[in-house]
Amino acid sequence: MSGGVDSAVAAARAHAAGHDVTGVHLALARNPQTYRTGARGCCTLEDSRDARRAADVIGIPFYVWDMAEQFHANVVDDFVAEYAAGRTPNPCLRCNEKIKFEAVLDRAVALGFDAVVTGHHARLGADGRLRRSVDEGKDQSYVLAVLTRAQLDRAVFPLGDSTKAQVREEAAERGLAVADKPDSHDICFIADGDTKGFLQRQLGSAPGDIVDGRTGERLGSHDGAYAYTVGQRKGLDLRVPAADGRPRYVLSITPVTNTVTVGPREDLEVSTVTASKVIWHGDSPAVECDVQLRAHGEVYPATVTIDGDTLTAQLATPARGVAAGQAIVAYQRSAEGDIVLGSATITAAAPLAAARA
Amino acid sequence: MLDEALAAYVAAAREVGNPSSLHAAGRRARRVVEESRERIAAALGARPSEVIFTSGGTESDNLAVKGIFWARRASSLNRSRVVASAVEHHAVMDTVEWLGSHEGAQVSWLPVDAHGRVDPDALAELLTTYGEEIAVISVQWANNEVGTIQPVAELARLAARAGVPFHTDAVQAVGQVRVDFTASGAAAMTLTGHKVGGPVGVGALLLGREVACTPLLHGGGQERDVRSGTLDTAGVAAFATAVEITVKSQAAYAERVGELRDELVRRVVAAVPDAVLNGDPSDRLAGNAHFSFPGCEGDALLLLLDAQGVCCSTGSACSAGVAQPSHVLLAMGADEDRARSSLRFTLGHTSTMTDVDELLAALPGAVERARRATAWKTPR
Repeated sequence: MSGGVDSAVAAARAHAAGHDVTGVHLALARNPQTYRTGARGCCTLEDSRDARRAADVIGIPFYVWDMAEQFHANVVDDFVAEYAAGRTPNPCLRCNEKIKFEAVLDRAVALGFDAVVTGHHARLGADGRLRRSVDEGKDQSYVLAVLTRAQLDRAVFPLGDSTKAQVREEAAERGLAVADKPDSHDICFIADGDTKGFLQRQLGSAPGDIVDGRTGERLGSHDGAYAYTVGQRKGLDLRVPAADGRPRYVLSITPVTNTVTVGPREDLEVSTVTASKVIWHGDSPAVECDVQLRAHGEVYPATVTIDGDTLTAQLATPARGVAAGQAIVAYQRSAEGDIVLGSATITAAAPLAAARA
Repeated sequence: MLDEALAAYVAAAREVGNPSSLHAAGRRARRVVEESRERIAAALGARPSEVIFTSGGTESDNLAVKGIFWARRASSLNRSRVVASAVEHHAVMDTVEWLGSHEGAQVSWLPVDAHGRVDPDALAELLTTYGEEIAVISVQWANNEVGTIQPVAELARLAARAGVPFHTDAVQAVGQVRVDFTASGAAAMTLTGHKVGGPVGVGALLLGREVACTPLLHGGGQERDVRSGTLDTAGVAAFATAVEITVKSQAAYAERVGELRDELVRRVVAAVPDAVLNGDPSDRLAGNAHFSFPGCEGDALLLLLDAQGVCCSTGSACSAGVAQPSHVLLAMGADEDRARSSLRFTLGHTSTMTDVDELLAALPGAVERARRATAWKTPR
């Protein structure tokens, strides 16, 4: 129970359904002092109190579990290391994979609980299939697709059939004071929302070159490649204009040479995406389906092939700004909510030109 | 709250009158307050004028430690050292730390042995080294976590010989062991209402008549000009009633609950052979049984026992609710794992052998499960 409206309503629904429910709030900050200075996020002192209050109203026991060490090792350190390696991680996905459905689930099962209930917006019905939420704008199946079959078997998502608006309405009806609490958007361990500043403090300054992807010409310099994301246009601060005068975008980051490569928009386009660390629930190793390449990103029809621990997606229409480190999640279209077929971590994306060649 | 204390509270709360007012209603309230003061003084071997009513243990500890420190330092700038034991309650410990970080105090922590007991020789040594610098010494009468009773009279005697005021936090001790303020030789002593069956929000500092103490709260100076604030007549009346009853029944209580506690300890150790009893094996609070259960996390055990109707405590939690390894256990030489594996069972007036039976029915399974939770991985 984060202290937000979703987990409060999820707990209330599980309790109302007759389960023996215990509320758990995760303390994720290593230094409790940071609880006091944290803004809206998932690890502030105020959130812990809100969660406790919600548990009181529902009428369930409530405990705070200290997961700070595991969270730091598996989510925060991983976040920094991924940026240092030129990739773009998704810490919420990691937190689901390693904290909520590993560290917390393990402890809960050992203590005699059967399942972990969360307030994620996704459907997980009797057929065991993970599906998108009815509220497409709030759907979180993308950051849950990394869960294995065994993890899903012990997961309960009571909110998948409701929209966020319905959840808020229900919270108000149930007398939960968090009903109108604002949504959290930022990365919870970066309280001020300044990811670049956070990475700078963690990784220090590492000056390197910004080069043209087509000519190899040095166009400028940067203070740390981790501050750039594939697809980024703003903040490149290039003194030399492009020959055609058109804007340039970050095409790739090469940590070995500490180089940021830029080029025109069309060079961002990729049609082949390769990924590893595959979690696959589909029956067939080769399917026509939809793929999503970043959280809340658009979906692309694709042919997905699984070969050992490698997933390859041939996109029917090119995608732009595909970053290594993000997840590729495959969905099978369904009238009852698109079904998650699997997930993998993007390792490479081949540009359109290369794919044609 | 004891029935008698509640009745005294209700009777006094129905009356109007501020004990500081000069009219008849005020005088009636004043009489209740002064009679309460006398009853508390009589029960605890103090003079009535030595009883200063406060809002409870935390305020009394703050008033004693800060107030005596300020007064002593004002009389001599050289007196800027504070001495306290390493196992104090946070109300003393954090106050001492604050004096160190905000008031330029030097701080000396008195170490404890493996049972959590302060060694009087260590205080004697400190007094020899820093005697001229020490402004105030604070050592609790009994520890709130592991129940160890401190050699307060011996410590107070050493302090008095060196001319240093000695404060003791006796919140845990009053009603549990025999407490006589004058005989103890302490300059100041903290007690609180809710630990003796009285209301929360009222307590007292017993402060020797000749001990200088700078106020924390400024205002009307109602309590000997050391403490300001309108006196809580009803709370004070209930508090005095509770102190009187609890002190009167102390010996019989300690015998009955002590036997129950010994039975609990015997059966816990029989059921969980590697359980470690923390604190002094004999010189401890009658109702206190504090164990480390190797391989368990205290908060996991608490959750499991709570689910079976057994209320126990892991010690302290931070403001966000995370269980912290106890500073008391760490000061006793326990490592973090042992400190985290600890749990306190407290028995009291209403405890019976049935409660002990229920604990023992739940404990072995809970310990086994909590041990698994420490290392378990869900198959996947």
